[in-house]
Amino acid sequence: MIKFFLMVNKQGQTRLSKYYEHVEINKRTLLETEVIKSCLSRSNEQCSFIEYKDFKLIYQQYAALFIVVGVNDTENEMAIYEFVHNFVEVLDEYFSRVSELDIMFNLDKVHIILDEMVLNGCIVETNRARILAPLQILDKMSES
Amino acid sequence: MVVPLLKLQDLIQEIRGAKTQAQEREVIQKECAHIRASFRDGDPLQRHRQLAKLLYVHMLGYPAHFGQMECLKLIASPRFTDKRVGYLGAMLLLDERHDAHLLITNSIKNDLSQGIQPVQGLALCTLSTMGSAEMCRDLATEVEKLLLQPSTYVRKKAILTAVHMIRKVPELSDIFLPPCAKLLHERHHGVLLCTITLIMELCERSPAALRHFRKVVPQLVQILRMLVTTGYSTEHSISGVSDPFLQVQILRLLRILGRNHEESSETMNDLLAQVATNTDTSRNAGNAVLFETVLTIMDIRSAAGLRVLAVNILGRFLLNSDKNIRYVALMSLLRLVQSDHSAVQRHRPTVVECLRETDASLSRRALELSLALVNSSNVRAMIQELQAFLESCPFDLRADCASGILLAAERFAPTKRWHIDTILHVLTMAGTHLRDDAVANLTQLIGGAQELHAYSVRRLYSALAGDISQQPLVQVAAWCIGEYGDLLLEGNCEVEPLQVEGEEVLALLEKVLQSQMSLPATRGYALTALMKLSTRLRGDNNRIRQVVSIYGSCMDVELQQRAVEYNTLFQKYDHMRAAILEKMPLVEQGGPQVDEEAKESKEAAASVPTEPQASKLLDLLDLLDDTSEDAQHPPALNPSPEGTLVHLLDLPCAPPPLAPIPNLRVFEREGVQLNLSFTRPPGSPALLLVTVTTTNSSGGDVTHFICQAAVPKSFQLQLQAPSGDTVPAWGGIPITQLFRIFNPNKAPLRLKLRLTYNHLGQSVQEIFEVNNLPVETWQ
Repeated sequence: MIKFFLMVNKQGQTRLSKYYEHVEINKRTLLETEVIKSCLSRSNEQCSFIEYKDFKLIYQQYAALFIVVGVNDTENEMAIYEFVHNFVEVLDEYFSRVSELDIMFNLDKVHIILDEMVLNGCIVETNRARILAPLQILDKMSES
Repeated sequence: MVVPLLKLQDLIQEIRGAKTQAQEREVIQKECAHIRASFRDGDPLQRHRQLAKLLYVHMLGYPAHFGQMECLKLIASPRFTDKRVGYLGAMLLLDERHDAHLLITNSIKNDLSQGIQPVQGLALCTLSTMGSAEMCRDLATEVEKLLLQPSTYVRKKAILTAVHMIRKVPELSDIFLPPCAKLLHERHHGVLLCTITLIMELCERSPAALRHFRKVVPQLVQILRMLVTTGYSTEHSISGVSDPFLQVQILRLLRILGRNHEESSETMNDLLAQVATNTDTSRNAGNAVLFETVLTIMDIRSAAGLRVLAVNILGRFLLNSDKNIRYVALMSLLRLVQSDHSAVQRHRPTVVECLRETDASLSRRALELSLALVNSSNVRAMIQELQAFLESCPFDLRADCASGILLAAERFAPTKRWHIDTILHVLTMAGTHLRDDAVANLTQLIGGAQELHAYSVRRLYSALAGDISQQPLVQVAAWCIGEYGDLLLEGNCEVEPLQVEGEEVLALLEKVLQSQMSLPATRGYALTALMKLSTRLRGDNNRIRQVVSIYGSCMDVELQQRAVEYNTLFQKYDHMRAAILEKMPLVEQGGPQVDEEAKESKEAAASVPTEPQASKLLDLLDLLDDTSEDAQHPPALNPSPEGTLVHLLDLPCAPPPLAPIPNLRVFEREGVQLNLSFTRPPGSPALLLVTVTTTNSSGGDVTHFICQAAVPKSFQLQLQAPSGDTVPAWGGIPITQLFRIFNPNKAPLRLKLRLTYNHLGQSVQEIFEVNNLPVETWQ
């Protein structure tokens, strides 16, 4: 089960955070700083899986942004690694060459996309067309 | 005064513009004040904008609880944009702890039954994220209806909401069990994915469901086969593999269904072999599927050929250049090593290669696996590698590495001399990271190796002369020099020729005594050694007497006591000195530590018997404070094979099937009972999961129930949150709470429980220790 999903940039600023298991507010910032510290201290050649307390962290760096997913022991790490890449591809398609600013200024849309893909810590949908369909309808509705 | 309302984007711009943390806080506080004002005055059209800003601020870590009621109002509004922000806010801001969340139940119910798909999707999403037990019970029927709707968009969300509901309220699994079989016939991958997750959850909860779903194994096999054999499908393939996520989920479910079940495992055998050979491994997606296949093969009752295939796949992973894959392979090999030891041995050289990695996660895994692979035929080579690793590894791994090497050396040492050499080497390399009983072990070992006394004392002397900062090394060296000082001075050992003068030895021991780096225990060792040398060395003892009398006024009470007693030995009891300071007999394995204390507590000698060195050692080990003084013997001093400490070094044969540990009723008072049930997860024998169940068969409710636990210091205890704090009367739903007890030393388990609750109008507090814990809980 996915415990949390974070997008943090290199300076430690959280761009997106979604927790699927309740964590106190003050503990969240602490968690995020610790997580980003352990990710930053690793070089490019090291593997993308870290053990942190009783989670496993799977992270990937895209330009200046780190996407970190915390899972519990039962998940297949490589499938989650693939899922992170899938998520980025979906964002890429929706925003056409997504960048960190796109994510910052359209946070609600990114939340919608994430909610389409992950529900309560389980992966729901991975097909790009199906994920973006409701969002495209929404956009058309708000334009008209 | 009309304040222009900022849109979310403008707010973000402003926050980005703030140069310092204080400035940012200022901006946010100002904005929060505006938001609060706007919530009060309530312009409904702008409410969603305000809430969106509030949520952004919340993500940055600022308090936002005053937005909760706004979420409710927004959810109830008919406009979609309002609902969207409202539900998002509900997911982020509300949770079970706040009473406000129950108010959403009604809105969710309305939204679910209205039949507008996006709205239903939103409601389901929120329900599955923060639905509490009461909400789940109320809305279960609604969700069930949605499971059978024609729209796949809603259906997949409904299924996952069902998963959440089952997690919260296990009784609801009966409602969700029947639709599963029909849902499996779907062709839509999203729905299939969710259905499989639901089935997994159901199977994990109840064995009856597990038996029920074994019937669908052929169907699952069919689906997977189709996935693997159909070629490229634009919809679902990711880098050439068709829908790897679905494949991985199906494999996981097959694993759960096939565990310990011959028939299902046989149906799966061909399929697993097919998946393993057909999957394209050049990309990560293929490797993910292959990894899951390997895990499944390992867990079910597969054919022997299939297991060999799995190990070979893992071996291939190890040679891959991608770090992620190697990490995953090392982890799985670790799980395999107990059951398929010989197969894993074949990959030993590659594993040892991985030790040299710079990546911390990889080297940790490689270390654990290497330690598990040591056996009597490869022990010399492996220990050499591990020692090389010890020199270069990061600090947090050193303790594990050092204790691992020592244990492996103990179990498989080909000769005593090699053993002593190895321990010496570890002591010099990483002495400060060792556990305290290493010193005891080494002294025991040296004492037992009669022929090697001269050799060991020389080696230790040279090591000590080089470096007096590593405390365990200094302690052992001091003890040896004291015991075998005469051999040191004889100078005719053929392997280690060393000419040492008596004066040099004394000077060295004095240096240890005076050094700032020495712990009080070390000083005690050095003083006693000096004393023993008074009989071993020829010549007069003036120097020794001097030192001893100086320490008679030392600030440390322990040293002072010893010095005073030794002084007395010199003066009044000189005739007994030789007898008292004779060589120690070999300490029996497993008996209480016999040493000088037995000899020095001669009636005529000092008033208070000296603290025996043995009990000092025992104090250093973790024991319960109120343990009896008959030296609760730590299992570490027993080097026989059954007494291994680290669970990694379990005997290479297949572990005996874990006998279920019997339940235990520990408490009963006026109808309130507490039961403990124990399980041990198969992957980690040092971990014990204790489930505490509180039942109430009396006529009054039990409220405000809190249960706390304490264990001895060597254990680690983790208490998870209880399922509730109320047990209704007449056998209402019991409270369950999970304790995780981690017991790496396999020390005897002692558990003290403290209960507080209100029952029948009185508040009850009970503290008691759990007796008669079954032996299997800590072995």
